[in-house]
Amino acid sequence: MSTKNAALPPVPAYLFALLGIVAIFMAAFAFGKYPISIVDLLRSIFARLTGADAELPEAIEIVIWNIRLPRIVAGMLIGAALAAAGAAYQNMFRNPLVSPDILGVSAGAGFGATIGIFFGLPLTVIQVLAFVCGLAAVGVVYGVSGLVRRHDPVLVLVLAGIAVGTLLNAGVSLLKILSDPHSQQLSNIVFWLLGSLNGVNSRDLASAVPLVLIGLVPMILLRWRVNLLSLPDEEAAALGIEVARLRMVLIIAATLVTATVVSIAGIVGWVGLVVPHAARFLVGPNFSRLLPASLLLGAGFVVGTDILARTLVVIELPLGIVTAMVGAPFFLYLLAHTGKTE
Amino acid sequence: MKRRTLLRALAYASLLAPFGGIRAIAQSTKPSLITAFGHVPPPSDIKRIFAAGGPASVLLAVLAPHKMLGWPSQMSSKVLDALGSPLRDLPVLGRLSGRGSTIPTETLLALKPDLILDAGSVDDTYLSTAQRVTEQTGIPYVVIEGRLADSARQLLEAGRLLGAEARGNALADYAEEILSSAARVRKAIPLEKRPRVYYGRGQEGLETGMVGSLHMEAIDIAGGYNVAAQGGEKIGIARVSLEQIIGWAPEVILTQDGNFATRILEDPLWRTIPAVQTKRVYCAPTIPFGWLDVPPSINRLAGVIWLLAHLHSVGKDDLERKTAEFNRLFYGIEHASNTIPGLKTGGTQRRTQ
Repeated sequence: MSTKNAALPPVPAYLFALLGIVAIFMAAFAFGKYPISIVDLLRSIFARLTGADAELPEAIEIVIWNIRLPRIVAGMLIGAALAAAGAAYQNMFRNPLVSPDILGVSAGAGFGATIGIFFGLPLTVIQVLAFVCGLAAVGVVYGVSGLVRRHDPVLVLVLAGIAVGTLLNAGVSLLKILSDPHSQQLSNIVFWLLGSLNGVNSRDLASAVPLVLIGLVPMILLRWRVNLLSLPDEEAAALGIEVARLRMVLIIAATLVTATVVSIAGIVGWVGLVVPHAARFLVGPNFSRLLPASLLLGAGFVVGTDILARTLVVIELPLGIVTAMVGAPFFLYLLAHTGKTE
Repeated sequence: MKRRTLLRALAYASLLAPFGGIRAIAQSTKPSLITAFGHVPPPSDIKRIFAAGGPASVLLAVLAPHKMLGWPSQMSSKVLDALGSPLRDLPVLGRLSGRGSTIPTETLLALKPDLILDAGSVDDTYLSTAQRVTEQTGIPYVVIEGRLADSARQLLEAGRLLGAEARGNALADYAEEILSSAARVRKAIPLEKRPRVYYGRGQEGLETGMVGSLHMEAIDIAGGYNVAAQGGEKIGIARVSLEQIIGWAPEVILTQDGNFATRILEDPLWRTIPAVQTKRVYCAPTIPFGWLDVPPSINRLAGVIWLLAHLHSVGKDDLERKTAEFNRLFYGIEHASNTIPGLKTGGTQRRTQ
């Protein structure tokens, strides 16, 4: 797969991805449970751009600007962040099955949020708890791996991540058992763990966007060196890379973006695993091309699946269910397809 | 790994332990049970109300059925038939409860409600969710707090808010009457003399409500002693084992599941339990709404009447008339004893649903 696709000219691929994401973005604005005609939508957008009054009913303005826009922006942010983190981790761990939650960030965030819901704390506190616990979980994993010096550091990281994640998930399960099914705590926890963009507002975005950008900057700046991490540590070191430090910076960056998006949208599965594969299929394994492709595809994938989550059935589906339903078959298709070309 | 998980569980159990113990019947001391977000229109302008969840839907169905837009979850046809028009014909819209919401925000806006009504036991997660909905949609959101002991005030304040003041007042008086007769019973019987009650939930009846939980409120108020008293308070429902129940030796077993009630009377495993030996296994009706819990709203007032009769023989001869009166007053259901299965009282009752 690698040789053939690496030879592909990257420009048309980007163009394709860019056009796709613009189309999805427009569709996300146009589709929803509240009936809004294309004319009204364009009028409202035009009015916003020119500062004029669209003379539309207030409800339409609310739907477009208070409900759909934050949701779309959140979808793009979450998709881009998770896909970038996934791509970085897959490279770093030299393993295509790795997703951003491998070091326990989602498990930590899920545990934090579950505690918050269990004790009936305000939403903002729940989000902060999720964020902090997500960071803390990875901190613990990293700390443990620093203590163990006799094994391959990457392997220790992964194993410590699995162990801490399992522990935290046990905590989540315990709180689920203890929570009251009729005070809606349980359904809140379950929905939180499945991820949803329902209810993301502009205030969430105001705090999440800067944090995600801060996390993405080092990934973009270090994109060339990340390639070298896929070599064995000794070879990378021989090429002048400070492997341990680079790895630490990447882990911090990926954890920051993942913890941020998980704290506002819950655990949206599959994005960080499947999107980097699709991106690799399009532009090849070179991280400097893989990263922007993952960012774009991730944004498009989550916004697109969220359209399904909010329109497919009468009720609101958790986003994590839709990403899995769309992502898993797509993943299988990719597997079959890449198998043939090789 | 396993040991650590276990240690963790133990750590939690010890955290929760201080919540245990017997608790007095809690009544809200707040000046108003209502928390409002957004600009709430005057009662005369409130024509379309969205009930956010189960408890709110009961309150609304009782006070202002014509203003109700739909049900938060699927209702069985038996319930709908019992309630009759206009409640029977309302659509299922989904519930609104933060991340657990099943109604999309856009659908909510498309319904154009004048007000979102929410009721029940309230915490900060709940209130901040309500605030967000109003900020995002501009629809005023009213949360009426209150547990079963606050029913009278709940009816009074909700009636005033929703433009059904006279009805709210009348029902509040009725609720007050039920609650004060229960209070008299509680006052007369000290805690240790009260009938030891096990409330079996779920298909196997091995789930129960802990002390002070919403699910035990009707039983607590009607002067039953919850045998599962040593559990935590924050925990609403807990699974228990049959061994524990045998150890607790309840004098009365209550349930809302007819199959469970009939099964344990014949099950040799349950034979040694005093309640089974004396056949004091009672199944509460669930139509139109549960008498003991589910949804935790004013529907449980009927359960208090029923429990006073079964636990303390208070008003036992009059029970059928009283519960029929409750159904007529609250839900407008006439001739209830003929149409509602399980209303006839006696030892155990089978419930077909």
